[in-house]
Amino acid sequence: MCQVDEDYQDGLERAEVPSVSKKCVKCKEASAAVVIRAGDTYCRGCFKEYFIHKFRAMLGKNRIIFPGEKVLLAVSGGPSSCSMLSQVQEGLSQNAHKKLRFLPGIVYIDEGGAVGQSVEERQRTVAELQAVFKATGFPFHMVPLEEVLDLPSSVVVMAPSPSEPPASAYKAAVDHFIQSDSSGCLTPQYQEQTLLPEVQESRTQVLQQLIGSAKTLTARQDLLNTLRQHLLVHTARTKGYSKLMLGDNCTRLAVKLLTSLSLGRGAQLAQDTGFSDSRYGDIILVRPMRDYSAKEIAYYNYMFNVTSVFIPSLDTKTTDKASIQRLTESFVTKLQADFPSTVSTIYRTSEKLQTACRSSCTADHPDRCLLCMCALDTAVENASAFQATLTSEQLSQSKSLGATRTEIPRQIRAPVEQCCSSGGGEDCGRAETGGDCCSSAKEPETIDLKSLLCYSCQLTIKDMASVEHLPQYILSEAQKRQRRYQMREEISEFLLDDGDEGD
Amino acid sequence: MPVLCSSCAEKRAVLKRPKTGHSLCKECFFWAFEEEVHQTIVAAKLFKPGETVGIAASGGKDSTVLAHVMKVLNERYSYGLELMLLSVDEGITGYRDDSLETVKRNQQQYELPLKIVSYEELYGWTMDAIVKQVGLKNNCTFCGVFRRQALDRGAIMLKVDKICTGHNADDVAETVLMNVLRGDIARLRRCTAISTASEGEGVVPRCKPLKYAYEKEIVLYAYFKKLDYFSTECIYSPNAYRGYARTFLKDLESVRPSSIMDIIHSGENLSVREGVKMPVQGTCNRCGYISSQALCKSCVLLEGLNRGLPKLGIGKHHRLHDKILSQQPLTEKEERKLKSVDF
Ligand SMILES: [Zn+2]
Ligand SMILES: [Zn+2]
Ligand SMILES: [Zn+2]
Ligand SMILES: [Zn+2]
Ligand SMILES: [Zn+2]
Repeated sequence: MCQVDEDYQDGLERAEVPSVSKKCVKCKEASAAVVIRAGDTYCRGCFKEYFIHKFRAMLGKNRIIFPGEKVLLAVSGGPSSCSMLSQVQEGLSQNAHKKLRFLPGIVYIDEGGAVGQSVEERQRTVAELQAVFKATGFPFHMVPLEEVLDLPSSVVVMAPSPSEPPASAYKAAVDHFIQSDSSGCLTPQYQEQTLLPEVQESRTQVLQQLIGSAKTLTARQDLLNTLRQHLLVHTARTKGYSKLMLGDNCTRLAVKLLTSLSLGRGAQLAQDTGFSDSRYGDIILVRPMRDYSAKEIAYYNYMFNVTSVFIPSLDTKTTDKASIQRLTESFVTKLQADFPSTVSTIYRTSEKLQTACRSSCTADHPDRCLLCMCALDTAVENASAFQATLTSEQLSQSKSLGATRTEIPRQIRAPVEQCCSSGGGEDCGRAETGGDCCSSAKEPETIDLKSLLCYSCQLTIKDMASVEHLPQYILSEAQKRQRRYQMREEISEFLLDDGDEGD
Repeated sequence: MPVLCSSCAEKRAVLKRPKTGHSLCKECFFWAFEEEVHQTIVAAKLFKPGETVGIAASGGKDSTVLAHVMKVLNERYSYGLELMLLSVDEGITGYRDDSLETVKRNQQQYELPLKIVSYEELYGWTMDAIVKQVGLKNNCTFCGVFRRQALDRGAIMLKVDKICTGHNADDVAETVLMNVLRGDIARLRRCTAISTASEGEGVVPRCKPLKYAYEKEIVLYAYFKKLDYFSTECIYSPNAYRGYARTFLKDLESVRPSSIMDIIHSGENLSVREGVKMPVQGTCNRCGYISSQALCKSCVLLEGLNRGLPKLGIGKHHRLHDKILSQQPLTEKEERKLKSVDF
């Protein structure tokens, strides 16, 4: 069938050979040093001004970070987050009127254990970054990903958000802050930090087992992202920060949007890629770098000596088709090379999407995904892709099975008590016996994890050989929710308002 | 070692379903495929008893399978529909001749009435004649715009209540991707809808019963049913960015087969920020077809062809619409701009 059913007539803009003009378009005096877009040439000084202004403008426009607020910068060591760090430093050194007025701290999550780095390699990276962090004078926290194994269940429960201050409050707070601005209260207290806390080898093994239980790289990457975010939020909470700044740039977000779309996260796109993300309630995720392209950042870092560190990831040294995330990244990169408007067009799409979720959010306590904390998008609606997939699975399975239930739920046997694997640090010999190490504990409960997850997280879990390696905080929260659902079902005929959980 | 069918657990499986990975025997696959289309039709309430439904038939695999399945389901479940095949003859030498022959054979095999409407009778121009005037580079604009309306015009002529088209899950997912790449939020929101209501007198409601059917399964179905179809690729240049979206989708599918459905799920659950401007849908002042401008695309294209100003419909010349409507002459400068076409 000819595919031109709709009148798509305007083509994408092809890459143009930039006409190199010698002078800066801004001051029209100094000679140009960078070409940001075709025709946009800046001299060194104007480029710096433009870059710094953009950061301030992004924060100013959104008015979400209050003066004096503690903000945790998530720095991965990559160019974008390191550039963000330098922008915050820059902003704090500006004169009173342009000055940033929040209190920054830094967090670095060391994922070396998950990607198979040696202890020496990890220590080297940490030392390198520590030098960078020390130079800022900001408090910083070096956290090994292994700590995710010991998180409390509260991480996957949405915390009540502090009541929204009225719009006028922001201005009042700024005025008050300017008046009482004694630079003393802004100078962060210097904190002596040790290197990365000692990580037991057995903990690393447990982490690797967890990541390895995902059979596809797509699921492994997704799982790692989820765990990292949990740990970041937990760190922010326990250290008293109320905002978490992420370094996602425009290029990264375009890839993320297309990845999320391909992973079935349409309902969560706005949260995954927007300026602010309040899925955790009390800790707001902020993406102040979203207006910068990766290229701009690379120029800036190069010209103004912003150090970044190479950090290997799960998909380092893999092929394009190794995972959905990897494939999408290479697709966007290639398309961007041919059509320079690709990234900005996708990015514009993200700005038009709704942050709040639809119908399911009308209730005060909407059901949220156990892993990604987004509102569940799995209500089986008539004539939906979700319904159609369930139908296909049902019709392809043995009739006796298919007739009674839509699918075989992925059931797990989760130990009620703490699993020994998170306590003693010794391998409990699960491999040898092939059984459940805690089978001697109380009667294990069966959890249907699927019903607690959004569409996309279900896909990830489906790709896992077993969910028994999931950290305890996830499993026990799953049990708790499961029990609540059962309770709700039992008393459902007496409940007047559907979906009200009472707590 | 033969693999047993995962559904009946009796017969030998002959295929692995691209959609679910299950191994099925021929009969169980046919059953599952047809049943899924039926569930879609029922769940989305696509038809009402007594309706006359035109199946857009191009002779290609999608529409051939659609015609076959619609015929089967209409009988199996007593939908009470009056089915007919509806074909468009663009007037492209050598291209439609074969596919129209296929449609004619389908008509006999399925015992469904067939109506062929030609561009010549609808517009007064064949595609060959259009290509002569506008060149190869731009003809797909015409091909697409005219085809879309041709079905409506033909359907109205034949008093058809609804048109169903052979768009499959791959087509829908591809369109979602393409609209993201183009930043077209209005189309992004609309493109996952399984049916469109009548939006004006010149438009007949449409639906896509194969919306959740994988292209690969459509081919498998046609292959095992030995359905007679003609592989049509539009011989004129395919759309550039649809090509990119398609390649990307195929790659995604190879990494995770459920990607096609996952993208449709995404598209169905997107919500657009309030206050984002959406183009207002109006109707064409000349023919009544939906249009955001005073004149619809095909009326502009026709006007351009008839006046010997082919570029009129290709670029954006909205300012000129009022002039055309009120039959005012164009200035010399305007004429010059619209005449030249790059070949
Ligand atoms: Zn300058
Ligand atoms: Zn989720
Ligand atoms: Zn069978
Ligand atoms: Zn064409
Ligand atoms: Zn018209």
